[in-house]
Amino acid sequence: MIGEVATQAGLAYAFVEREVALMKRYWLWELVWIIYGIVTSLSVAFIGIAAPVISGNAVDPSTTSRFVLYLLVGTIAWRFMGLVFENIAEIIAWERWEGTIEYTFMAPVPRLTHLAGMAAGTIVRAVVFSVTTLFAVMLFIPVDLSHANALSAVTMLAVGTVAFMGLGIASAVFPMLWTEKGLQMAYIVQAVVLLVSGVYYPTSVLPTWLQALSVISPATYVIEGMRRALLDGADLSALWPLVWPALLVGVLSVPIGLRAFIAAERYAKRTGRLKRSG
Amino acid sequence: MTIAVRPAIGPPAGTDPGQAGHARQALEARGIVKRFRASGKDVVAVAGVTLSVERGEIYALLGANGSGKSTLIRALSTLLEPDEGTVTVFGLDIRKDELAVKRLINRVSVEASFFKKLSAMENLVYAGRLYGVPASEARIRSRQILVRLGIAVTRHDEPLEKLSRGMQQKVAIARAFLTSPALLLLDEPTTGLDIRSKREVQTFVRDLRDEHDATILLTTHDLDEAERLADRIGVLHEGRLVVEGTAAELMGRHGTRGSLEDVFMSITGRKIDENEPSEIAGER
Ligand SMILES: Nc1ncnc2c1ncn2[C@@H]1O[C@H](COP(=O)(O)OP(=O)(O)OP(=O)(O)O)[C@@H](O)[C@H]1O
Ligand SMILES: [Mg+2]
Repeated sequence: MIGEVATQAGLAYAFVEREVALMKRYWLWELVWIIYGIVTSLSVAFIGIAAPVISGNAVDPSTTSRFVLYLLVGTIAWRFMGLVFENIAEIIAWERWEGTIEYTFMAPVPRLTHLAGMAAGTIVRAVVFSVTTLFAVMLFIPVDLSHANALSAVTMLAVGTVAFMGLGIASAVFPMLWTEKGLQMAYIVQAVVLLVSGVYYPTSVLPTWLQALSVISPATYVIEGMRRALLDGADLSALWPLVWPALLVGVLSVPIGLRAFIAAERYAKRTGRLKRSG
Repeated sequence: MTIAVRPAIGPPAGTDPGQAGHARQALEARGIVKRFRASGKDVVAVAGVTLSVERGEIYALLGANGSGKSTLIRALSTLLEPDEGTVTVFGLDIRKDELAVKRLINRVSVEASFFKKLSAMENLVYAGRLYGVPASEARIRSRQILVRLGIAVTRHDEPLEKLSRGMQQKVAIARAFLTSPALLLLDEPTTGLDIRSKREVQTFVRDLRDEHDATILLTTHDLDEAERLADRIGVLHEGRLVVEGTAAELMGRHGTRGSLEDVFMSITGRKIDENEPSEIAGER
């Protein structure tokens, strides 16, 4: 049993090592994405700082500082979960593009192990990106973390990450089924989630029909929970009403996503969609 | 070429085909049919192929472009699910014992498929890990195999996209050898290689069989290669295996001037009549 777990961990590690090696080789592109992320976060934070000027009303400094942190939590947490989602949703499309997909699917690796390895690799990348962004932003803008409850925030993010892994796995099915337009579908899913999850604003400002969608997005709960943790120091028991819905999405989406993935893989192998040429 | 590769490509523990079953046949495919639906039309890529390859045999599949060679190879390597028919590898059913079969086989495709930005060594170590070969061991073996295939050590750590197409193809072959497959499926392994490289690969394939008890099924458009390397040759025509035998047998039966090229031309030139009885016993 323990030996089996070690074997599977060894297999999964192959994917982590590969992803890290790819990050190093594509470092210039990675740098572009990191800078892009930093600039986005900074721009959003400056909106907060400019609030008094934009609105023409005096706003006391502590309110401004709270507003800035409110925006930063949204942008950085979203970036983290978005990266996890994207990387996993792109598993098929990326390997098709590299031309390695048949080798990955021919290898004697259980699909669960493969996806777990990819998820771990993706978390490494998301952590590097988010931590870099956070420190870079703090160089430009004073960020008040004096009330923050880091444990609650990290737990909330971890729960959200699991949920987005499941959604990512389920979305990776699109490129498997539709070789030409599958990835575009995955990105549309992501864009809609961004709109409805209250990343930059409370979901209460959305039209009612969109609020219905925000109820099913795990990001809604995660970002709200992280705000309460980082702005007001909420502990985990206070956050439980936000933890369980996100947890539920993860508990459902991971096994459902995995099943869908395996079914799509079989379908692709039956119809010759895994790879066409050669 | 005196580098000892014996330790480099012996079967890893636990994957000895002897343990997998007592089958004398390395590969047994029965009645394989594979259709594709492309732009509303059905294409029958493989139309009922029955084929068996004995342990330790080198079998070459010939056939015109589009005759179904690659499709058949994919079906044998779990990348395509046949519409009809069964495949066993050392007695293991390819669908029921998929993971166990995957451990026993490897495939080299026409195009070398790699992470282009990663080096040959990184790609090989990664591939090795997927087959349970520890990284340190994979590194040593990879060096030996690559050098033996004529790729200088200085090129091993360069991004693969900087290597020539032929060199990449050799790295692809090295990747398959690295995992010590008991059954190796080679889809046009020497297409695009120069004459010397071709010979190097052919010698290596033969050594792999002679020294490591590997079974090899390869496709090729190079008739000399088939004649030189293969114990048996089969010709696919429009998805059917229309003849099978040793090079000498085929030439005796079909070659007007006694060359394999005549055999190929005479078989692939004519239209196959659906009702014409197949020459191969047991084929439906
Ligand atoms: N994934 C696929 N989807 C649709 N049709 C396919 C697919 N793969 C192969 N085909 C079709 O099946 C037929 C056989 O193709 P295959 O690639 O097996 O031939 P081949 O003998 O390997 O040819 P070549 O010598 O050119 O490599 C062709 O008509 C091809 O277009
Ligand atoms: Mg082919």
